[in-house]
Amino acid sequence: MSDITPSQTVGPFFAYGLAPKGRCEWDPNGNYSWKETIGDNLITPDAIGTKIHIEGRVLDGDGMPINDAMIEIWQADSQGRYAHARGEKPRPNAKFTGFGRSATDKNGIYSFDTIKPGAVPGPDGKPQASHIVVCIFSRGMLRQIYTRLYFSDDKANDADPILALVPADRRGTLIAHKQPGNGPVLYRFDIRVQGDNETVFFDI
Amino acid sequence: MSLIYPKESVGVFPNHLSPEYRSTVKRSPSKPLVIVPHTLSELTGPAFGHDAIQENDNDLTKQHKGEPLGERIIVHGQVLDEDKRPISETLVEIWQANACGRYVHIVDQHPAPLDPNFTGAGRAITDKNGYYKFITVKPGAYPWGNHRNAWRPNHIHFSVFGQSFLTRLVTQMYFPGDYLFPFDPIFNSVTDEKTRARMVSTFDLENTIPDWALCFRWNIVLRGREATPLDTDEH
Repeated sequence: MSDITPSQTVGPFFAYGLAPKGRCEWDPNGNYSWKETIGDNLITPDAIGTKIHIEGRVLDGDGMPINDAMIEIWQADSQGRYAHARGEKPRPNAKFTGFGRSATDKNGIYSFDTIKPGAVPGPDGKPQASHIVVCIFSRGMLRQIYTRLYFSDDKANDADPILALVPADRRGTLIAHKQPGNGPVLYRFDIRVQGDNETVFFDI
Repeated sequence: MSLIYPKESVGVFPNHLSPEYRSTVKRSPSKPLVIVPHTLSELTGPAFGHDAIQENDNDLTKQHKGEPLGERIIVHGQVLDEDKRPISETLVEIWQANACGRYVHIVDQHPAPLDPNFTGAGRAITDKNGYYKFITVKPGAYPWGNHRNAWRPNHIHFSVFGQSFLTRLVTQMYFPGDYLFPFDPIFNSVTDEKTRARMVSTFDLENTIPDWALCFRWNIVLRGREATPLDTDEH
């Protein structure tokens, strides 16, 4: 019998502690007094690869924006390496952590600036398509839910071993759509927590 | 070597849909979660060094010009995995209401005073024994809109990482003997009594500092067991 500590909701009031910068409408500077340690910009001076901006809305079962959600992302670098193991060989982009956090604003919008991840090994040594693991916390969620973000312009999606486990008619909910234009590379990824076109969440 | 993460362990977690806690009704997935294997993407997770925190980040009574009002307390314990192995160098973040039960968050407008000397946020990195320690004031109970005359028991919110993105845990630490426990749908969303009890800290007389602060002990157990040699995965 495990002695595991159970999950409880992040509640509505986490922002000043977990995500104090940027999106609160609290003081004229948009910041709570507590300093930020994990933010929504993952791009470090030494980061290598294509800079991308990811933005989307988090919606509830009525299609209403969830304005008190916290989105965390975990990803590999552009070479498909996770900044995980301590004592591993130093990487040239050692400052890139691959981890970010964004609280939604009053319109339920979150966003990240990051680097497009490279392909990483999957089960049986087959490569996985470029993807980002996404974890969602919110008031009204007693435990976090996990999903994945894939990229609409990546042909490797067709052979991805995890996408293959998702019913074909629901795979589209995991695709971030590249937006047209010549400016910065922008992907749109909405998260529908419940209902029609509900985002696929994973039991991991 | 990586740990293995049995899924049965999280079977004691609350259901996504726990209707007594009203906000879950529209915020819980209605379709079955898709079962997938743990890949490198799930088995890795963010690592934190001691540069993630600054001196006194774990002392919520020293963040302003004066001292906050309320009962000064020490909250300490270990972060462990399911095999009781300490999780060292992991980030622990906390946030809480002040002694009157008021959060500094703009959305909390209930008529209790803010304390200019208390923000209510802290963070710590566990040491080599998985040990963390915070100094703070005991948070007050506060009303909320879930049902008529709803009050949350005193609690401190905790956010912990552990060794992979799967071990990520956000939870709440409660205080022993709280008379509001039977009425709180968030606390009782954990339906197993023994599991629920693991969210309740223990009064720690031995580490109480005479003439200064009461002490509470709370260990946090994250997903994960030591892999057997056959499961060992060198990478």
